[in-house]
Amino acid sequence: MVIRQAYLALLLSTIVALSGCSDKEKEAGVMAEKPTGVAASPDNTKPAYGDMMIRGSIGDASVLLPVLASDAASGDIIGYIYNGLVKYDKNIKLVGDLAEKWEISEDNLKIRFYLRKDVKWQDGKPFTAKDVEFTYKLIIDPKTPTAYATDFLRVKEFRVLDPYTVEATYEKPYAPALGSWGQSMHPAHLLEGQDVNQSPLKRHPIGTGPYKFTEWKTGDRIVVDSYHDYFEGRPYIDRVMTRTIPDPATMFLELKAGRLDLMTLTPLQYRRQTDTPWFKQNFVRYKYLSFNYTYLGYNLKDWKFQDKKVRQALTTAIDRESIVNGVLLGLGQPAYTPYKPDTFWYNPNVKKFPYDPEKAREMLAEAGWKDTDGDGILDKDGKPFEFTIITNQGNELRKNAATIIQRDLKRIGISVKIRVLEWAAFLKNFINKRNFEACLLGWQTGPEPNQIDIWNSKKIGETQLNFITYQNPTVDKLLDDGASTYNRDERKKYYDEFQAIIAEDQPYTFLYVGETLPIISSRFRGIEPAPLGISYNFIEWYVPKPLQKYQIQP
Amino acid sequence: MIPLLLGITIISFTVMKMAPGDPTSLVTDLNPNMNEETIARIRAHYGLDQPWHIQYLKWLRNMLMLDFGTSFAPDGRPVLDKILERIPITIFINVVSLLLILAIAIPIGVSSAVKQGSLFDRGTTVFVFLGFAIPSFWLALLLMILFGVKLEWLPISGIRSLNYMELSQVGRFFDFAEHLILPIFISAFGGLASMSRYMRSNMLEVIRQDYITTARAKGLDERTVIFRHALRNALLPVITLLGLAIPGLIGGSVIVETIFAIPGMGFLFYQSVMMRDYPTVMGILVIGAVLTLLGNLFADVSYSLADPRIRVGD
Repeated sequence: MVIRQAYLALLLSTIVALSGCSDKEKEAGVMAEKPTGVAASPDNTKPAYGDMMIRGSIGDASVLLPVLASDAASGDIIGYIYNGLVKYDKNIKLVGDLAEKWEISEDNLKIRFYLRKDVKWQDGKPFTAKDVEFTYKLIIDPKTPTAYATDFLRVKEFRVLDPYTVEATYEKPYAPALGSWGQSMHPAHLLEGQDVNQSPLKRHPIGTGPYKFTEWKTGDRIVVDSYHDYFEGRPYIDRVMTRTIPDPATMFLELKAGRLDLMTLTPLQYRRQTDTPWFKQNFVRYKYLSFNYTYLGYNLKDWKFQDKKVRQALTTAIDRESIVNGVLLGLGQPAYTPYKPDTFWYNPNVKKFPYDPEKAREMLAEAGWKDTDGDGILDKDGKPFEFTIITNQGNELRKNAATIIQRDLKRIGISVKIRVLEWAAFLKNFINKRNFEACLLGWQTGPEPNQIDIWNSKKIGETQLNFITYQNPTVDKLLDDGASTYNRDERKKYYDEFQAIIAEDQPYTFLYVGETLPIISSRFRGIEPAPLGISYNFIEWYVPKPLQKYQIQP
Repeated sequence: MIPLLLGITIISFTVMKMAPGDPTSLVTDLNPNMNEETIARIRAHYGLDQPWHIQYLKWLRNMLMLDFGTSFAPDGRPVLDKILERIPITIFINVVSLLLILAIAIPIGVSSAVKQGSLFDRGTTVFVFLGFAIPSFWLALLLMILFGVKLEWLPISGIRSLNYMELSQVGRFFDFAEHLILPIFISAFGGLASMSRYMRSNMLEVIRQDYITTARAKGLDERTVIFRHALRNALLPVITLLGLAIPGLIGGSVIVETIFAIPGMGFLFYQSVMMRDYPTVMGILVIGAVLTLLGNLFADVSYSLADPRIRVGD
């Protein structure tokens, strides 16, 4: 009796005590919360320094030294702290970053970079050609466990011509080389002579970028503060805090509670949960096509998929619009080629094989697939048309897309099973060993159009990317030619033809390109969506003085 | 104990190695920038190019000098650092959760047994089974929405507020406590069922014993009968349970930690297994194995101390 009453009393008093404290009182002092419902006036829209942006990330960064980092979470933070020699502008063209300009020699074998002279590392030391040389040597050093060596191993010779000029010579003209110099530059004076794996810079980075490192609480948050002597000018937003929140549902709740300013929405969250007046007032949503595409890949060593007509028929039988509407809730586009539809490289004039189940049946009949035994399943030489699509666990979108494909193919008499596998097992035991019939996967694309690693006839080794075994000498030549010239228009000609051939051959059924759906607190201004996305001009984002939510001590 | 420990480590190591994939997969899988040379380089860096038993013996030799090695995760930090960083919060949550369970389940179990069949008994049965049956992540989200978003009484996730650095010592303590209320509640709610049912059945058995009838016949009031005589006997098996619960203290619930964004051991272990981070997995397993063996020992010793009937000798 007594014990129970005691517990009840304790519980009640705790609740009472808690409801006494409020957010405002707690955050008094340094990070005061100011009212946000202020009417817009000219003064409200002037750029101003200050405030903090809190972004959410599913994973914590692992290491903040660019050469050692290969995960996206680390890459995001590194993007605030470091620069490369070049970068992509909002229209996805290469422009100088740490390099003012560059020259490519007549024979296309040498690239000479002229570096900016006004750049300082965040510890005050000047950035010079020595740092570029050091970074290059570090990446190609066999003792450095880096994922980025391949492009730099192509450099035949690297010379420092003067403190602000470097030159890289390649064996053969190699167009992707230019973009590869977007690799972050490392400070020679802090890393020279040390084992990079033990460097304190892994956890306390020093770069040349717009933000400098302040603190990292593992698994919890990473804080970076603006670097006032940044060579492009001081960023307006004083502080960026990245909070690690592994669960997307929790992240969404933190957004709603006002403790997160920026996150990426899922299609469901975009369509159904952020459409209210409250959201529209306090947040702005953006959408732009992502740099990736999802596809159904056919193992071309399998007898069923060797006939081009069959693959074309399968593509004709799959309703891609239905997949975009069902899986992405309309937030995406059907894909027809390996390139992002709104970029320079995309060829809109390729064969698309629009959805037509009747036509698909005819095409299959021409290829010898008919339902001869009346069981509803097409067959040929006594064997029914059935196969298994494998995909990786943890990706709802792919699973759902596979289910829709299964339905579409059933309509024309093809029986499909779906198998979802754990990632490592999926790769090692099925993909690498070519032990599959069809696979549903995606590729991250990027600004660089080179596709050799995926489509070249020779890249069919166990760990290599042409796991469907597509071998077409014409395509090989086109891709090699495309990579051998720096002239954009010339490259486009090769890649256009490449896309036309792939569309004709249908080694993949290209499925869809999704959209990235960032949502940002409405107090941030200066955001201009472009083909590259929205973050490219982050240093120009600002919060007008009256709307600033957090006060940061300098 | 030592052979047991060795056996545990060998089996764990072998099972981990047999799983397809290795720590370099994170970096090398489906990566167009990879070629054979680069992959070989990265594998050599982790010592993966050597045969299994060599890798195991190397690890064992280091472990004997209490060198837990370096993690294979991209951050490359010492395993001990990664574990020590996360153990305090996990242990804290688990200990408080366990105390909460004991504090609630024991009285519930005792009262249910004493008032067997009553409304109270049936009501609490439903209550604890609800706690057991409700998926913790779902309940967590509901509570987060209620207390975090609608009422704004409690924080939603993490273990410290944004302005943590500016708070006083006391302020920090309360901030920390506030953040842990929901996670501890969710952890405890699920564990109530087993402990209370166990208590209840123990108590029921004890109450039927002759010595209880004797106590009542002697004229003692009900309170003394229940608490002085019955409860003490019914609590004995709970000691064994506590001993066995010790290794569980360092194991976090991945689900609770993920939902509440708490940087604890559960998430570390899960992540390490997923990315085949052998040194970290082995480190955690060794600590767990040692604690299990110690916990067992503790349970045996304290049981014999508490129960005169099973003392050896004498």
